[in-house]
Amino acid sequence: MTTAVVEEPKRRGWRAVLLGRAEKPYVNPYVGGALLGVVLFLSFFLTGNGLGASGGLNRYVVYLQDLLAPEHVDRVAYLLKMAGGDKNPLDDYLVFMTLGTLLGGFVSGWQHGRLKFETNKGPQISVRTRWLMAFVGGAIMGYGARFARGCTSGQALSGGAVLSAGSWAFMFAVFGGGYALAYFVRRLWN
Amino acid sequence: MSPFPLPLDAMFGHAGAYFVYMLIGFAFGYVLEISGFAISTKLAAQFYFKDMTVLKVMFTAIIVAMVLIFLATGLGLLDYNLIWVNPTYLWPGIVGGLIMGVGFIVGGFCPGTSLVSAATFKIDGIFFAVGGLFGIFLFGETVQSFEAFWNSSYFGRLTLMDWLGLPTGVVVIGVVLMALFMFWGGEQLERIFGGQPQPQRSWGRRAGVATLLAGALLVALIGQPTTQDKWVRLAPEKEALLSARDVQIHPGELLASLADDQLNVILLDVRDEADYNLFHLRRARHLSLDKVTATIPDLQLEAGANTVYVVMSNDERAATEAWKLLVAESVPNVYILEGGINNWLTVFGHDDPTVQPTPTPPGNEPLQFIFASAVGDRHSAADPDAHHYELEYTPKIKLELKRGASGGGCG
Repeated sequence: MTTAVVEEPKRRGWRAVLLGRAEKPYVNPYVGGALLGVVLFLSFFLTGNGLGASGGLNRYVVYLQDLLAPEHVDRVAYLLKMAGGDKNPLDDYLVFMTLGTLLGGFVSGWQHGRLKFETNKGPQISVRTRWLMAFVGGAIMGYGARFARGCTSGQALSGGAVLSAGSWAFMFAVFGGGYALAYFVRRLWN
Repeated sequence: MSPFPLPLDAMFGHAGAYFVYMLIGFAFGYVLEISGFAISTKLAAQFYFKDMTVLKVMFTAIIVAMVLIFLATGLGLLDYNLIWVNPTYLWPGIVGGLIMGVGFIVGGFCPGTSLVSAATFKIDGIFFAVGGLFGIFLFGETVQSFEAFWNSSYFGRLTLMDWLGLPTGVVVIGVVLMALFMFWGGEQLERIFGGQPQPQRSWGRRAGVATLLAGALLVALIGQPTTQDKWVRLAPEKEALLSARDVQIHPGELLASLADDQLNVILLDVRDEADYNLFHLRRARHLSLDKVTATIPDLQLEAGANTVYVVMSNDERAATEAWKLLVAESVPNVYILEGGINNWLTVFGHDDPTVQPTPTPPGNEPLQFIFASAVGDRHSAADPDAHHYELEYTPKIKLELKRGASGGGCG
């Protein structure tokens, strides 16, 4: 008696589809920069607006605030501009640009086998320390980005390309702040 | 009129325009990811001179976009007035930038890169993005306590060209040279601190440098269109509006518009200062004809979807000149007060016996009324009550659909 062994094709779960692709190297930074420059130019050329990230995030935050505490939003001038009365803070192009950025990053990460649950950190600190620092750094960054009316993309990159004087001053301040502190937090990264 | 930027809302509708922004965002996220910007350690290495990818990508992007933008504006394809140039708030920008630098080195990302990092499942990227949302929330809650500083040192739409007093082409060449120098320096630092090999000279690199320099030189050679050039290009279309009297609004329409809460009417009085002091409309700004061009960046910043500019002189001559300048520089919704101040006073000044019309006034485009003293806007005709007048006129104001910039990358 023989039993036929039916060879079932190996089914690949969603994890394999998402995370199983072979990792490819990054592009040459000058090539990446040139492509980014073309995207930035097209953004200005087609829409008149540059690229941005923090403004879109801002509107997600204000949307949540408006859901939870609409009276509070109506009392703060800064929030009022985005969500006062029946204004919908999500009715803004930046919200959609931010959504697109997430999608674009995800698709590229998938295509090049770089979707990976991982924590990138310096060798001397624990994963938990890295998480804490990422959160703290993110909060400082978010605060600073609103303070400066724009983040690295909206101010430095976009304002830099159209030669806004304030954006250039801002750009040097960002690098200045980073380099000034880098020595003191070197344990985080080295 | 320059065909770009496109009137997205008019072409694709509100949702369609948002779809275009989503596509641009997609390309942005994609390019950030292929450059390695999802990895915090790669970004932070910038600050220890080990891996200058951030500098290389950022400045290549800036100079490539800059050269393309100013070629497009130079050729008249793109309207520089309609693209968003971040207004300068000098000190808040610098302080905010320093804070961000600290956030960058502590957290390892900037907002855009953290999005891409989170989208590729990097856990530190997710923590950073959530922290970023918290920081943004904190800012919204605390900005009231330092609002005066936050709105200080405001210079409006100030460009490097304005600041340095140099033509666009020279600034573009300067920025390209500076970036190339920084790339060279960055590679030396990578070699010294990061132990990376000296990059080999290749044809690709030479071609890149040559293309950028040639582009920058071309920007300088082509130059940027002056207000006069822009008017010449627009003249056939716009002269027709003038001669059809489509843009000269009746005093009655101006009065009704001023009383309309839905409109933001900005009055620009382009007569000489003496006439302005004698009599002007309430809230009219004095703007002499030779200063119109210099004021345009500020007017552009003010322009909302419901902003209407009305220019006026004693009759219509100077106002029409100003109208041409404003229209040439793409200021939206500009109109001329029909018959000027003289007509206005004929309609609204008749109940004041002290204001006398003069039959044959001297000079070019004179004020045809005699005032006993300079009343400025302290006169009933400077701010007539819209409810007292039932005037007949053909309404001409039609708001244009706004095109171009809508508040910048981080508004």
